[in-house]
Amino acid sequence: MRAYVARRLAQSLLVLLGVSFVVFFILHLTGDPALVLLPPDATAEDIREFREAMGFNDPFLVQYGRFLAGALRGDFGRSVRHDEPAFDLVAERMPATLELAGAALLIALALAIPAGIVSAVRRNTALDYVSTVVALLGQSMPTFWLGIMLILVFSVRLNLLPSSGRGTLEHLILPAITLGLFTTARITRLTRSGMLEVLNQDYIRTARAKGVGGPPVVWKHALKNAAIPIVTIVGIELGTLLGGSVITETIFAWPGVGRLSVQAIYNRDYPVVQAAVFLLSTTFVAVNLAVDVLYTYLDPRIRLK
Amino acid sequence: MTPPTPSATARALDLPARVSPTRREWVAFLRRLARRRTALFGLCVVVAVLVLALGAPWVTTWDPVEQDIGNRLQAPGSVDGSGGVHLLGTDQLGRDLLARIIFGARPALLVGFAAVAISGLLGLVVGLVSGYFGGWVDDVFMRLADIQLAFPFILLAIAVIGVLGPSLPVIIVVIGVSSWVVYARVVRSEALSIREREFVQAARALGVRDGRILLRHVLPNALTPWLVVATLDMARVIVIESALSFLGLGVQPPTPTWGGMLADGRVYISTAWWLATFPGLAILVTVLGINLFGDGLRDTLDPRLKV
Repeated sequence: MRAYVARRLAQSLLVLLGVSFVVFFILHLTGDPALVLLPPDATAEDIREFREAMGFNDPFLVQYGRFLAGALRGDFGRSVRHDEPAFDLVAERMPATLELAGAALLIALALAIPAGIVSAVRRNTALDYVSTVVALLGQSMPTFWLGIMLILVFSVRLNLLPSSGRGTLEHLILPAITLGLFTTARITRLTRSGMLEVLNQDYIRTARAKGVGGPPVVWKHALKNAAIPIVTIVGIELGTLLGGSVITETIFAWPGVGRLSVQAIYNRDYPVVQAAVFLLSTTFVAVNLAVDVLYTYLDPRIRLK
Repeated sequence: MTPPTPSATARALDLPARVSPTRREWVAFLRRLARRRTALFGLCVVVAVLVLALGAPWVTTWDPVEQDIGNRLQAPGSVDGSGGVHLLGTDQLGRDLLARIIFGARPALLVGFAAVAISGLLGLVVGLVSGYFGGWVDDVFMRLADIQLAFPFILLAIAVIGVLGPSLPVIIVVIGVSSWVVYARVVRSEALSIREREFVQAARALGVRDGRILLRHVLPNALTPWLVVATLDMARVIVIESALSFLGLGVQPPTPTWGGMLADGRVYISTAWWLATFPGLAILVTVLGINLFGDGLRDTLDPRLKV
């Protein structure tokens, strides 16, 4: 057990090292980070001085070492636009993004798991077809279109819910549904296929033969075993949710990391972009590490591998 | 493509499936696919979108970029001065919405096919090498895959496109280069299991070189799951392309893109509902068609595949 956790931890650190390199490299994509960071009307003299001041003339690996040392202390440089440390700007917005992603995940789980179970247990009934079709639509619908349509119906036409901003629970409803729909569809399909697989196993037949009937078989015997792939996908879906927040936050003017990053890209404020990408990736890696550890409780076989 | 029925001798010796399926096997495969109504429906939708995209100038009489300010924001079904009907209305610059949606299929499909070609090829090579050789090569590639997956995809894509500037080649390469992981994992697991089969061991014992084994024995078997992944990935890439143009980091105006039209429609949401509604429906129908076809393909070819 301890060896497994240690190995996963080492793996996660390696991944984060790779992430830090890619984040560092974003600025060097064109070959000249000074031109990326400075406004287009900067003079040759400005560019030369800026290069010197930022250490862009140093060897590539020295620059990366300096970036990594900074990143570990939460120092990604100053925001060009807000004249504040980039990390602080992003960290300030983090709670809003986590709130939105959390709400979306909650909605997704609350809808998808019952829908998936019902679909599997009442296979090939009208209920199953409805849930399957809705899941398929949900998986094919672009997030940003759903968001705009929800605004059109619930904000513009019915005037029921606010279309932008953050604060009350009402503000959270539309963005959370928008962000959560794709995940809901995915988890529904996964729960359905997982349950179908488990319900065909020998131990379920044994339980039924012993006289355990109806709902207890589903809840006690089947769901526990079908839960394993669901737990994994929840970790992975969090990545989808954090990434999707870029679009959803833009549509609903939600003051989170996603919207901040999009604005930062428009403003060529790359220290903020770097801090945002790094922080979101770190969150994702940390959650998946936690999921993997949780997993060993659900499925002891994994520890032995 | 589909596992062909081997002869009795071949079965007994567990010889590899013949590399190129005969015409009869193709027909059998198509027949099985055609029996799945939803898959067939999906295929029809995809073909229809493809035909509309290729024949766009002949399908619609309206010019998708020609402005007509006098006729701006006309509701669906309205008729302009010269008697032309705007079936889906006009946008904020008086351009015909239907024409723009039809022409908008072009960048979506172009980016879709090109990006899938790049990521599919990358993933295929990585998966084959990783699964067949194993060892440190496999370790390196799988750690790279973990790193790739740690990024919020859209955010990394827009950051890179922001630095390099939004142009068609940049968009295709960025999506293509960062989508190889699913392909690699599926092909790798296939290669891993085929490597242990007797026919590969036999070939190796006979002194057949690795490159030849990979091409003749492993690749044909890995192509089936690869094709399923490629189909479903195409749907994802089209959504990403529209998301990028929605954020203004896709193919640039005046070229009509579904995402760009949605972004315009969002501005006029309270006065002109059709502007945001129809381009989104175009994305939904296209992506749904591809997903239905992909699901059917998976169920026909390899029902156990988890993608």
